[in-house]
Amino acid sequence: MDNFACTNTIAFQFFYQMELQQLKNMAIQVRRDVVKMVHGVQSGHPGGSLGCTDLLTALYFKVMKHDPAFNMDGIGEDLFFLSNGHISPVFYSVLARSGYFPVSELSTFRKLNSRLQGHPATHEHLPGVRIASGSLGQGMSVAAGAAKAKKLNNDSRIVYSLHGDGELQEGQNWEAIMFAAHHKVDNLIATIDVNRQQIDGPTAQVMDLGDLNAKFRAFGWEVLEMKNGNDMENVLETLELARSFVGKGRPICILMHTEMGYGVSFMQGTHEWHGIAPSDAQLETALSELILEDAADY
Amino acid sequence: MSLDKYTLQNEKETRAGFGEGIHEAAKSNPDIVALTADLAGSLKLNAFIKDFPDRFIQCGIAEANMIGVAAGLTIGGKIPYTTTFANFSTSRVYDQIRQSVAYSGKNVKICASHAGLTLGEDGATHQVLEDIGMMKMLPGMTVIVPCDFNQTKAATKAIADWEGPVYLRFGRVKWANFTAEDGSDFQIGKAQVLHEGTDVTIIACGHLVWTAMEAARTLEAEGKSVEVINMHTIKPLDEAAIIKSVAKTGCVVTAEEHQANGGLGDSVAQVLSRHNPAPQEYVAVNDTFGESGKPLELLAKYGLGKENILAAVEKVLQRKK
Repeated sequence: MDNFACTNTIAFQFFYQMELQQLKNMAIQVRRDVVKMVHGVQSGHPGGSLGCTDLLTALYFKVMKHDPAFNMDGIGEDLFFLSNGHISPVFYSVLARSGYFPVSELSTFRKLNSRLQGHPATHEHLPGVRIASGSLGQGMSVAAGAAKAKKLNNDSRIVYSLHGDGELQEGQNWEAIMFAAHHKVDNLIATIDVNRQQIDGPTAQVMDLGDLNAKFRAFGWEVLEMKNGNDMENVLETLELARSFVGKGRPICILMHTEMGYGVSFMQGTHEWHGIAPSDAQLETALSELILEDAADY
Repeated sequence: MSLDKYTLQNEKETRAGFGEGIHEAAKSNPDIVALTADLAGSLKLNAFIKDFPDRFIQCGIAEANMIGVAAGLTIGGKIPYTTTFANFSTSRVYDQIRQSVAYSGKNVKICASHAGLTLGEDGATHQVLEDIGMMKMLPGMTVIVPCDFNQTKAATKAIADWEGPVYLRFGRVKWANFTAEDGSDFQIGKAQVLHEGTDVTIIACGHLVWTAMEAARTLEAEGKSVEVINMHTIKPLDEAAIIKSVAKTGCVVTAEEHQANGGLGDSVAQVLSRHNPAPQEYVAVNDTFGESGKPLELLAKYGLGKENILAAVEKVLQRKK
């Protein structure tokens, strides 16, 4: 997995421009990391991590201009904020695989004295993490603030954020959604992981989110539907389309339709695997389904 | 040191000191931005908004979002000052502050007016008396409670250069203004000894510092030697100043516009219990909510007046014997 297509620039050491097949392979590697991490500590959230793997792989290995040397302010870089912090395994995997910290450190996930806390934190100074998340509903505000800072700094790069659909039940999101539209934060691309599942069951049963597309539009956002967030081509073309709306006066929302647990047959499409870990045998099964010729597991 | 060193200059609102302070700080520091949740007028931001309209961010009545936006603004080097009433700056948004600001180590300045009973007629819904406790419990949070207009102005400017999250607490009411006009007697984390004495130490913060000074005048006239300390920084606490003073006087009265539970008094007690146990009396609100009324009426009813400090001194001197 070392033959990444990288481009040297003046401002950055390098940034990733993977081709489609490389991205698909990387997504498999990331999924292998996710199940291994959660299995290794018998704790964590594999379902949402697997569902969002294709998006994060696309962002970190093609779409975003970012510097794994990492500085907190990220001036001149695209930024990513994970609001649904419980899917930390996929976040840590793409950060490690793109060079923010050693891949071997993934084995410390959720263990004592690790920088890889159960939910992402800056307190342990893990490169790539700019805000703590886990208590839900706060990331949209933070992302909007960071995007506003870019405007104040005349920095034309983009702020990306990711949120769970169940997370939108937290009221602070709607404060932030109103704020971003009012202040024309049009350098923000917020993706909602619409997997229609949450811990207690389907969102429609727990607390129906209604017509999210209409809701975001009514708040003044540009809304795009990513019909299959587990299809790399669809992820890339939707992100490309979203970027074309940057600077047009409206914040941008992507409703990303995914399957929780995607890539591992027995975890797929159910809330059962939101927050539990696979057994040894289940790990074997999962890895046997995530076939990668030159897998470089940690 | 004579009590006459600190004489009444005038009466001004501490919140007006904040308004002047942020305006002055913003002139020399282009990274300062001001946020408010529909209370720009109450927080005296008019001059700031006039001169720095692009650095003013109106958030509407949505405090949780304001705290998150402020945390985001620090990523990119901004120094955001959030402004609203103390109740909405703390209890309403405690988890947002805890996760997005304190745990994340963000350089956000949470500026809170209308703290305590002296908010007055609006009543208990708005009279937060728990905020010092909530904020000082957060790891990494600096907590500052300046005593008058001049000091609030000085503190507002000083926190711009103080790395890390800060809670700056001040009030609504016109109050005695008596510290140095240029703020030269203010330093974050350094207790201000207003008057030296040997019989009893009074440690106060916020509005009650002036009340403590008035009590000290009465006590000195009675022949008692009173040390008055303005503990404007609750955290990090100037422990050495407390230990040194109480080693000399042997007893202490703490005075604050806050619940006895978790406030300045508890911070002082914690230091003394570990280093130099001594009799202590609290002048603070005793586990109750406030109510509507005029500021001075409320201070009297809830036991935060000059008479209460005098009674507490009398009691603690008895216990010392």
